[in-house]
Amino acid sequence: MMSDLTKFTLAEARDAVASKKVSSLELTRAHIDAIEKARGLNAYVVETPDKALDMAKASDARIASGQAGPLEGLPLGIKDLYATEGVHMQACSHILDGFKPPYESTVTSQLWRDGAVMLGKLNMDEFAMGSSNETSYYGPVASPWLPAGWDAEKGRAALKGDKKGLLVPGGSSGGSSSAVAAHLCLGATATDTGGSIRQPAAFTGTVGIKPTYGRCSRWGVAAFASSLDQAGPIARTVRDTAIMLRSMAGYDAKDSTSVNTPVPDYEKAVGASIKGKKIGIPKEYRIEGMPAEIEALWSQGIAWLRAAGAEIVDISLPHTKTALPAYYIVAPAEASSNLARYDGVRYGLRVPGKDIASMYENTRAEGFGREVRRRIMIGTYVLSAGYYDAYYVRAQKIRTLIKRDFELAYNDGIDAILTPATPSAAFGIGEKGSADPVEMYLNDVFTVTVNMAGLPGLAVPGGLSASGLPLGLQLIGRPFEEETLFSVAEVIEQAAGRLSLPQAWW
Amino acid sequence: MSVDQATVRRIAHLARIAVRDEEVPHLQEELNAILSFVEELSAVDVSGVEPMTSVIPMRLPLRKDEVGGHAGADVITRNAPGAEDHFFTVPKVVE
Repeated sequence: MMSDLTKFTLAEARDAVASKKVSSLELTRAHIDAIEKARGLNAYVVETPDKALDMAKASDARIASGQAGPLEGLPLGIKDLYATEGVHMQACSHILDGFKPPYESTVTSQLWRDGAVMLGKLNMDEFAMGSSNETSYYGPVASPWLPAGWDAEKGRAALKGDKKGLLVPGGSSGGSSSAVAAHLCLGATATDTGGSIRQPAAFTGTVGIKPTYGRCSRWGVAAFASSLDQAGPIARTVRDTAIMLRSMAGYDAKDSTSVNTPVPDYEKAVGASIKGKKIGIPKEYRIEGMPAEIEALWSQGIAWLRAAGAEIVDISLPHTKTALPAYYIVAPAEASSNLARYDGVRYGLRVPGKDIASMYENTRAEGFGREVRRRIMIGTYVLSAGYYDAYYVRAQKIRTLIKRDFELAYNDGIDAILTPATPSAAFGIGEKGSADPVEMYLNDVFTVTVNMAGLPGLAVPGGLSASGLPLGLQLIGRPFEEETLFSVAEVIEQAAGRLSLPQAWW
Repeated sequence: MSVDQATVRRIAHLARIAVRDEEVPHLQEELNAILSFVEELSAVDVSGVEPMTSVIPMRLPLRKDEVGGHAGADVITRNAPGAEDHFFTVPKVVE
């Protein structure tokens, strides 16, 4: 038996628990201890150890009576964007101060249905708006990866201070990626509106998949941009994400954009041959000023897939460049509408004013952080009279063109598309975006197209940068063909070799 | 396109976000940075292109027109910053 139970992959833990080599209680206790020792990273905003132990005992009882579910007894972390009945849910915003939902999100209820154990709620950028987890009301999250040249002592000193200089875990699902990479859970739920699963996974050497729009129910997940938001998992291996996605996905009548199509056993696709698969390499992703090590990573990925028998095809997605600016119209517009509900009346924070309008204005000024206020204002502007056609309608037309680019490639027989996941390795806390918000937005240049087109996208570690930090590759698939992504990603994972994640220095 | 300070105040009011005078110049700068970033979209030829309404082609499902499961007023008002007898309370609106 492994001495440190947190070092299991989710699949290994599942097999150990199912064969009664380890109890869920032991596995859960090991994670609770690890979380307590890692508080400096700030990955969890709320720990629910009592609930976790109760759920673990119930799992052990079900295993004993032969009624185990597919995730029986496996401890997971939950992003704070998901409603968890009776447990803190604030989207890491001050405006939802004290909110405890009286209902459970569909996705988390499916995880509990399948036997999973909840360890707590994970930090994130406020309302999922950010790429570094620095916009959280609860403060930034540190990545377990240390910057080049740092030793454990320097890292611990920074954790006690303002964390400046330590690396960001990406965002918005930064608590999820940091917790998974630091072995503070076997896997975590996350969400992705413009790259919020894939970019944090790439920054921390973990695997993340944003499934096709409509694959996972959005019910009970706080809305940011409804036409782009999707739930998905972050875990340490391709297989682990495949196992989690099977439980998270599925039709839900409570989400009108949920698609009623059967959920395959994704794990079966892990290890399947990719011989003869056509992998598209889009020339537009070779952006100006791209670091040489990202180019090299991409070429390496191409070589691995070719060696596995895939056919590499050069393709063109001509509207790629328009995706990021169009996203910064569509997403804020939808956010300004979705976030109108936070008015100090039905839940959360209320800041008094001289009349009801000033109560709304004071509550929203104090309750929302800078980035969220900025996006609501941009969204309000592009939807306002006289600008709606010039900005919003134009952006939606461009979205049609972006999607058409992908459709043409897929019509030509392309099975999946390979790109880098991010334009660089992780940067430091406090390093980006303070002067110009757009500097931070550029992080999502490779991921945002996928949300605009509603496609599935997966980030898998491909290697290390010159400074020893993880770099990720992205795979983009056809709608509802997540299985292809798992098969191709497994080839990359096997070829690259599983990254050895940082030992606990925190 | 860019916004002036009066427009920044107007947007903030439409969005129901209070802004202090000293915040306005900085907000103006940030909003203009974003607007100049999205400016390149005006060069894209979108003639004859339909705006996207649904990223996955689907028919919007209809449910039966009947009262569905709900938690009840007590549960719903439990999270309210101000509530009385299953009602949300707000500052006086009508004199």
